[in-house]
Amino acid sequence: MSGTWLGMPAFPRNAEAALGNSRLRANLRKATHTIRARRAAGVDEMPGWAKLRARGAAVKDAALRDLDKHLLRAEEAVTTAGGRVHWAADAAEANTIVTELVKATGHREVVKVKSMATQEIGLNEALAAEGITAYETDLAELIVQLGDDLPSHILVPAIHRGRAEIREIFRDRMAAWGRPAPDGLGDDPRALAEAARLHLRERFLASKVAVSGANFLVAETGTLVVLESEGNGRMCLTLPETLISVVGIEKIVPTWQDLAVFLELLPRSSTGERMNPYTSMWTGAAEGQEFHLVLLDNGRTGVLADEIGRQALRCIRCSACLNVCPVYERAGGHAYGSVYPGPIGAILTPQLRGTATPLDASLPYASSLCGACYDVCPVAIDIPEVLVHLRARVPHPPAERAGLAAAGWLLDRPGRLRAAQRLAGRLRGLVPRRRLPGPGAAWTDTRDVPPVPAESFRDWWRRTGGEDR
Amino acid sequence: MTGRGSRERILARIRAATAGLPPVPDAAGPPPAPRERTEAEIVRTAELFAARVRDYRATVHLVAPGGVPAAVAGALAGRGARRVVRPGGLPVEWPAGDGVEFLADEPPLTAAELDAADGVLTGCAAAVAETGTIVLDAGAGQGRRALTLLPDYHLCVVRAGQIVPGVPEVLGRLDPARPLTWISGPSATSDIELDRVEGVHGPRTLEVIVELPAV
Amino acid sequence: MRVGLFVTCVNDTLFPETGKAVVTLLRRLGCEVDFPMAQTCCGQMHVNTGYRDEGVRLARGFLDVFAGYQAVVVPSGSCASMIREQYPKLAAGMGASRPGAFASAHGGRSPFARAVAEVTPRVYDLAEFLVDVLDRTDVGAYFPHRVTYHPTCHSLRGLRAGDRPLRLLRAVRGLELVPLAAADECCGFGGTFAVKNAAVSAAMCADKVANVLNTGAEVLCAADNSCLMHIGGTLARQRAGVRVMHLAEILAQTEDAR
Repeated sequence: MSGTWLGMPAFPRNAEAALGNSRLRANLRKATHTIRARRAAGVDEMPGWAKLRARGAAVKDAALRDLDKHLLRAEEAVTTAGGRVHWAADAAEANTIVTELVKATGHREVVKVKSMATQEIGLNEALAAEGITAYETDLAELIVQLGDDLPSHILVPAIHRGRAEIREIFRDRMAAWGRPAPDGLGDDPRALAEAARLHLRERFLASKVAVSGANFLVAETGTLVVLESEGNGRMCLTLPETLISVVGIEKIVPTWQDLAVFLELLPRSSTGERMNPYTSMWTGAAEGQEFHLVLLDNGRTGVLADEIGRQALRCIRCSACLNVCPVYERAGGHAYGSVYPGPIGAILTPQLRGTATPLDASLPYASSLCGACYDVCPVAIDIPEVLVHLRARVPHPPAERAGLAAAGWLLDRPGRLRAAQRLAGRLRGLVPRRRLPGPGAAWTDTRDVPPVPAESFRDWWRRTGGEDR
Repeated sequence: MTGRGSRERILARIRAATAGLPPVPDAAGPPPAPRERTEAEIVRTAELFAARVRDYRATVHLVAPGGVPAAVAGALAGRGARRVVRPGGLPVEWPAGDGVEFLADEPPLTAAELDAADGVLTGCAAAVAETGTIVLDAGAGQGRRALTLLPDYHLCVVRAGQIVPGVPEVLGRLDPARPLTWISGPSATSDIELDRVEGVHGPRTLEVIVELPAV
Repeated sequence: MRVGLFVTCVNDTLFPETGKAVVTLLRRLGCEVDFPMAQTCCGQMHVNTGYRDEGVRLARGFLDVFAGYQAVVVPSGSCASMIREQYPKLAAGMGASRPGAFASAHGGRSPFARAVAEVTPRVYDLAEFLVDVLDRTDVGAYFPHRVTYHPTCHSLRGLRAGDRPLRLLRAVRGLELVPLAAADECCGFGGTFAVKNAAVSAAMCADKVANVLNTGAEVLCAADNSCLMHIGGTLARQRAGVRVMHLAEILAQTEDAR
């Protein structure tokens, strides 16, 4: 039913393959630059952004500090309001819970609101294995699902696709999933959005079970919050008889009033809008619906235990860090091999999944540490700090370890450094400028090597006392 | 059902991970205290609200006190809406318009009936000027959530006194126990090459009437 | 004022002319410059590649060597940023209290943390030192060429150097400063990133080079020779005819010297 992240090679190889795809690069470049400019305009307009950002970080920290109390409070509030709360330690358990809940309704089809948590646990695949079809309803998720593709962006999962490709996917694949694409469908985004509207309309009206995630869960009231743009979220949250929401435990905010901070931070960071078109909030069983809340750990408590890494749990999934990241812009989202791509993915995935695979171990290095991600993060996650922290934890290749050990030995004593500099100065004529051997070849593939000077600075200083130019 | 053992396990892991951490002070602070506003302030806030809603490419009419019925009739005529859904608890004088049939939600209209209607007329619970946002709470004059979702045209009446300056203020006016829908312009998507297209699954047209206070 | 020059291991070994230019410039501006011979490296490459223990050992060495100076000048935005921004985080990871609200469980201050707190506030990137400490933007330089400036990530977002380098360059007589498009974007160097993710690094640099060439500048200037080695190496490979120069080397030039 859809592609898989399993068995992907390490990030550098994936990125290199993506760099060779000129259409992908053009799509990504256009999209990231557009959304980057929109965010900048939205944030610049807002007075006191720095203060708001600091409060966002502080509220999340407060929520994480007493996460157990807040979760219990939310559980009580949701239960009091007629909902049922389930706890899932890992992906398998969450999938089992949701599958059983859907089966209990007697229905075999569910409509889905775009949700990172359900992608993280592979819910659609788990449901399919039990004969239940999950229909994605967000336009970009629909494009990904119809195209038997993988998401490549947190906010705009089909960001890697251009309009012509989307038209092809709709024309070729819509009929297999429901109402076919209209005859003579063009590639104007307006026409494509209309085709999606028609394709999903009857599905919404007939749907009995919906699965969602949530952007926020308010501990003191038990209120769930979903931000969206298209209205597919409202359709799924409102019309079906049964609603199942899978929510990561870090989505909690302590108080109702805390929402103000995030409703101001998230839309501007995410799409650059003052506010997204639709936000739904509900507490327990709304308007007679049957409501289930599945609280998901799946590695989050492990992240919480890491003093430096835990700040990643503040993330509100705005994707601002993806949009400014020069590495993401060139490598694309698939290279990260996870539903969480880009800078936040590079620190979240290795913490949630571990670093046992070559791909996961390579993610902390998928950054030049330029810091653009930290600058735009609305909850001030110091992504470069966490990347560096994780780099100290992953296994290092033996050749690199030997090289850095040798460099460390040289730099440890000024005398050793001076001796090495003198040796290099004497051999300077032998250093190839355009083709280094071994690992140095990665440098000289595209770059010349600077000439080695005859005399190092320290030897010059020693010789002249710094007087002679 | 699974999950009982997991509840205790997750809570225990959280406690182990956060054990000994110093407390974090309350960061969000109290909500802004409500205060009396002058008529002039209310009008200025309403004007900002109108400008921000227009930025979302929605139509906004500012009307004098008592001007709502005429504005409703004008808007429905302009739209050509003949069959319009009317939630319970709407001020009786608002549904106006020659030849317009207003559909009450009693007994509840089916999804298909709502889908087939030309539009829906509602009030709101509160609104936010800064972001051009209308908040519905399924209360009187608003109806259950499906009413403002399935018809393709939403005509919403906002009284100027319901508009607060910003998001922090509006939360204090809302009841979290009610299902809330925040609406900022018509439904939209930017999923195709980041081009914004108004109108996907929600109402493709949003029209707003703001009733100003007497001055 | 007595200034300790931390020339950095890269400049020491590969770009001595930059160090010499700093000495010339600071002396011209009335500073007494000292180069403590015991210095080697700030530890950035090791820490940022994931070899924290080796990096911390080098950091300790730096703190020992520069403990006594009124001011330490570093002609590298990324090394200055390593010392000022990352040393405190390393100290925090070693048991000191972390900045921010969600603090560490372990309080206390190690000797390393104390040294970091004492030394690092007096460490300056060259442009910061000139503008903030010496209060100079016109340093009496003369450089009659068309120049564009790449701000480098760690100066821009680490040190928050702002427009200090540009103010210095604008005050250089004869110099025509031309703006660089997308200047705030990373050039793709990133230390070992340049070889570990060589393809992405090269792609980033290709865009940087295209923007540089579009300016029509004769000289690309930056306050960090590592980035310049990467961009300059690409320019040289393309035989683009644009020179790269460290900020210090431009600011050191005077009309007399011509």
